[in-house]
Amino acid sequence: MHQFSIHPMFGTDGWEVAGYHIPFTNSALWMIIAAVGLLIFMIGGMKRELVPGRWQMAVESMTGFVDSMLAANIGPNGKKYVPYIFSLFMFILFANVLGLMPLALFGLHPFTFTSHFSATGVLAIMSFSIVLIVGFWKHKLHFFSLFVPHGTPLPMIPLIFVIELVSFLVRPFSLGLRLFVAMMAGHVLLEVLSGFVISGVNAGLGIGPVVSVLSFILMIAICALEILVAAIQAYVFALLTSLYLNDAENLH
Amino acid sequence: MEAEAAKLVGAGLAAIGAGMAAIGVGNVFGSFLESALRNPGAADGQQGRLFIGFAAAELLGLLSFVVAMILIFVA
Repeated sequence: MHQFSIHPMFGTDGWEVAGYHIPFTNSALWMIIAAVGLLIFMIGGMKRELVPGRWQMAVESMTGFVDSMLAANIGPNGKKYVPYIFSLFMFILFANVLGLMPLALFGLHPFTFTSHFSATGVLAIMSFSIVLIVGFWKHKLHFFSLFVPHGTPLPMIPLIFVIELVSFLVRPFSLGLRLFVAMMAGHVLLEVLSGFVISGVNAGLGIGPVVSVLSFILMIAICALEILVAAIQAYVFALLTSLYLNDAENLH
Repeated sequence: MEAEAAKLVGAGLAAIGAGMAAIGVGNVFGSFLESALRNPGAADGQQGRLFIGFAAAELLGLLSFVVAMILIFVA
């Protein structure tokens, strides 16, 4: 599982905060690569031509996609969250897809930082704290009425309150866990299948080619599936964040 | 049974959860497709709900994967 190991690149010596070394890791490097890639993608498409070219059309369809998702889920109040949800969606999408790139052919080992709970957990905490801040800012202590749906019979209120509270508090974990496990499971699956291919080649002429060829075909199919999963997980993360924002904004 | 063996058996049993989640995800998309073919006009508007259902079903399968990983590497 070498692909998941985080190793420091530089900055290990001299940099010490509260007794901990803060090096620049390969995880941080790939976060920067994803951010720079996103920046190039955006700058290339923000020329604001009257008749959009191909690139501008790609950027516009992405922003339009996030825009309509927020309009459908939150309503007219959702307009102000477009920058946050859009950055979140595109950053996760770029990170997931960059991690699947066959760059190892050129000697560069891609690192999927979304396959670490420390990275996705921070993204989830960020979304969750925005929900809390917006909810308490806008509705003050009325925000707690989120935990007691309309028309709950009186004897049921304590039970429903506890259930809703737990399901609310579990949200950041489920949000971060989903992305991290989905990405890690996909990469582990590809690694196991490539291990089958190599073992099959080593096994010699008898059963070897059968195992290798079958695993290799399966691997190609799983690669296509992983590209789909990379996009779907980014979409689900953005969609669930917008749903939680809807709760904070409109108090169901 | 040795503790190590019990952990591995437990991790294997957790794979049942992943299979069950596969049934759930298939159910979500299957039902969506079935009703989308009956009323194609309303299908596009329900795509958000489709993915919410997908995410909820998938999370439980991913949790069983986490249980397996914890049993093998952590516990």
